[in-house]
Amino acid sequence: MTRLHLAVALDGAGWHPAAWRARDARPADLLSAAYWADLVSEAERGLLDFVTFEDALGLQSASIDAPDDRTDQVRGRLDAVLLAARLAPLTSRIGLVPTTNVTYTEPFHIASGIASLDHASRGRAGWRPQISVRAADAAHFGRRTIPVLNLDDVRDGRTTEFIGGLFRELFGEAADAVEVVRRLWDSWEDDAEIRDVATGRFVDRDKLHYVDFEGRHFSVRGPSMTPRPPQGQPLVTALAHATVPYEFAARGADVVFVTPHSRAGTATILAEVRAAETTVRREGTPLRTFADLVVFLDDAPGEAAERKARLDDLDGALLASDAEIFTGTPGELADLLLDWRDAGLDGFRLRPGALPHDLTAITTGLVPELRRRDAFRTGYEADTLRGLLGLPRPANRYTTSATP
Amino acid sequence: MPLKQIHLAAQFPSVSNITVWSDPRSESQIDFGSFAKLAATAERGRFDFFFLSEGLRLREHNGRVHDLDVVGRPESLTVLSALAAVTTRLGLAATVNSTFNEPYEVARRLATLDHLSEGRAAWNVVTSYDAFTGENFRRGGFLDEADRYTRAAEFLHTARELWDSWRPGDIRAAADSGEFLRSGAGTFAHRGRHFDISGRFVTPRGPQGHPVIIQAGDSPEGREFAAADADVIFSRHGKLEDGRAFYKDVKGRLARYGRRPEDLKIFPSVSYVLGDTRKEAVEHAAEIHRAQVSPQNAMMHVEAVWGRDLSAYDPDGPLPEIAPEPDNLISKGNTQFRGDRAATARRWREIARARGLSIRELVVEVTAPQTFVGTPRQVADEINEFVQTDAADGFVFVPHLTPGGLDDLVDRVVPLLQEKGVFREDYTGTTLRDHLGLNPVRAPRPDDAPPPAGETAPRTKETS
Ligand SMILES: Cc1cc2nc3c(=O)[nH]c(=O)nc-3n(C[C@H](O)[C@H](O)[C@H](O)COP(=O)(O)O)c2cc1C
Repeated sequence: MTRLHLAVALDGAGWHPAAWRARDARPADLLSAAYWADLVSEAERGLLDFVTFEDALGLQSASIDAPDDRTDQVRGRLDAVLLAARLAPLTSRIGLVPTTNVTYTEPFHIASGIASLDHASRGRAGWRPQISVRAADAAHFGRRTIPVLNLDDVRDGRTTEFIGGLFRELFGEAADAVEVVRRLWDSWEDDAEIRDVATGRFVDRDKLHYVDFEGRHFSVRGPSMTPRPPQGQPLVTALAHATVPYEFAARGADVVFVTPHSRAGTATILAEVRAAETTVRREGTPLRTFADLVVFLDDAPGEAAERKARLDDLDGALLASDAEIFTGTPGELADLLLDWRDAGLDGFRLRPGALPHDLTAITTGLVPELRRRDAFRTGYEADTLRGLLGLPRPANRYTTSATP
Repeated sequence: MPLKQIHLAAQFPSVSNITVWSDPRSESQIDFGSFAKLAATAERGRFDFFFLSEGLRLREHNGRVHDLDVVGRPESLTVLSALAAVTTRLGLAATVNSTFNEPYEVARRLATLDHLSEGRAAWNVVTSYDAFTGENFRRGGFLDEADRYTRAAEFLHTARELWDSWRPGDIRAAADSGEFLRSGAGTFAHRGRHFDISGRFVTPRGPQGHPVIIQAGDSPEGREFAAADADVIFSRHGKLEDGRAFYKDVKGRLARYGRRPEDLKIFPSVSYVLGDTRKEAVEHAAEIHRAQVSPQNAMMHVEAVWGRDLSAYDPDGPLPEIAPEPDNLISKGNTQFRGDRAATARRWREIARARGLSIRELVVEVTAPQTFVGTPRQVADEINEFVQTDAADGFVFVPHLTPGGLDDLVDRVVPLLQEKGVFREDYTGTTLRDHLGLNPVRAPRPDDAPPPAGETAPRTKETS
């Protein structure tokens, strides 16, 4: 039986807004390296494929657009690329996948940041490009205006067409950013450094390439300031919920995170993903598909649901999520994962409801359950993130000669 | 008078001919192990900080990527964040440009590094603005040279507003009462010539409040910017007399901003070569310098000054007779060749003629030799003299070998400085501000009330 891949999405105190009030939470430590080091070490002990780190260019908010002024939920965060880099020397096998914004952040900076993470982790870097549609984020930069989206307008559909256009525009720009970043990663051939004493040359400049990207939103000349990362192309991931982002993922990503709510829903979404691959004429390896799930796990039946209910009470609302919310035992979750997996998924990205509780339950409960069913690895089988996912190290698009 | 305490920093060398890459001991310029090794050496030597430069466009010569020097480096904040995991006290200084970035992002990345290193972050604010570099960015070469420091000054000012938008203690994390943060924490609004931004800043205040600010420009505008708002100057004035003049000039600018001389530390960029005798050190230094100026590198220097292709000339022969084209800038992305090149060419001709030097010998002669050359004791004495006679407060040492190039400085010279009582035996504080003896940054007060007149900065350490 092919084994499934498991990733964990780390964010603050966990994905429940009241998770920071749970008994074993460490809410005063969310900005400390030690907190994150403990979490990622635990994920690595569980032999997980990778962890992702959320990020945004604005404060968390419970409302869709404007910042709220709630003081009872976690607010404030660290830059995800730097956080991942801080953890790289403390781990040796697990993949590190930070989120970055692509609506404001310069593609040139992203390319060298992720390449540098790949160098610092010796081939374990990934990247999740993310757009921003929030008018509040735009005001943090003052360089473009995005209209404030009012929830009522969104609900009654008056702005559907407008929002659709905005999303297409921002995803189009994001696709350009991914293309630029990927070109920059290839802008140094692997053997560009020659140290040829006879001719006095440190590099062979014929192996450094201008990327000369010209798009509707920006142009970038290159080459990158950073040599080609160890993986050649660090793993590119995308979270997608609809056709436009599926096509964005199919164009530029290696892995797509999707949010089905059932096995049948999984099959439907995967069909859409495969259709998007056809639409954009994707070549090479098909997208690796991971389903996102928010998870609350306890060994005793019913306990996870009770724990979640207590957190809901504290927050004053039922937890809402784009992803399916699971409460139950590790055994029940293993059943669900294997069932949905049979619809064609490669793996799952689990979002722990509360940290560290639900992460530890994954590594010490779910992982052994899956192993018992021969559905999860017993040791890391590769030392790069691409390797863990069975993806080859890609050839450089700029290499002309086939000679080694 | 009590002796001044010396400060030391280590630069990981990149993109210059300082690095003798042809030496078999010269290791990878990109592998994380090289960075970790040099940082470990610096920390073993109880250095104040570890420094990384930045270049946002590969240098070009004659319209092609410059291929003679080491090239290729990681993004500085990312590798420094990784280094925070393998060091405990060493300051971590990143060079980050203020033209091709935005304050919101730079401020949050520096605040992040400050958190992840527990108060060891520094930012070297640099101002490259040229259209050549701009070709890698959304806005291209949008900024006039005259505005490079008005933007930098407003950029830094805005970053400080963002850092101050969170006060110490704004994260309450009180699980029982359910109060995670102070209401309104992170709120900011800035309206100025270069930036018109407002909203909520996303990263709470770091342990230092603000990272240490470094400035490395040399023009009058650059010096003024440093005097107004920087904690450290990284300078090219590494000769005794010249260093004293620069020191006097910059420290003299501080009073105007209500600052004291000790509020701004001056760190020239320097190099060193040790020997068991002075003679041995001098010979070794000459060898290294000759290796730094390869025949091809010598030709590149002369072409950059002459503004033309001189590939037909022999580096072991005389300087070209043909006239320079001083308006033709063939070396791009390199601040080294921005001066009066016609005058430089004249001067080089005179030196070469008077001393009968070939092109390569001439370039060896006119490019900077190592700053400190001698026995460990002689070097320690000289370093101390620089500081005690106000040519510097500290130094940024740039080794010619990666990553082992500071080993003998730390093993053989630092102990002598410690013996003299002018350099710390061990770290006495935890933050970079502590190491540099800088005052803590004053924290913003509740309700933003202006501080009562005459009040000085609090001495308490801030945490958030
Ligand atoms: C010692 C020293 C180191 C510098 N390092 C960098 C660097 O790493 N990256 C950069 O873009 N500029 C660097 N600079 C350039 C300056 O910061 C500054 O942007 C440039 O010199 C132009 O400003 P000016 O006209 O005031 O000199 C350095 C300058 C000096 C003196």
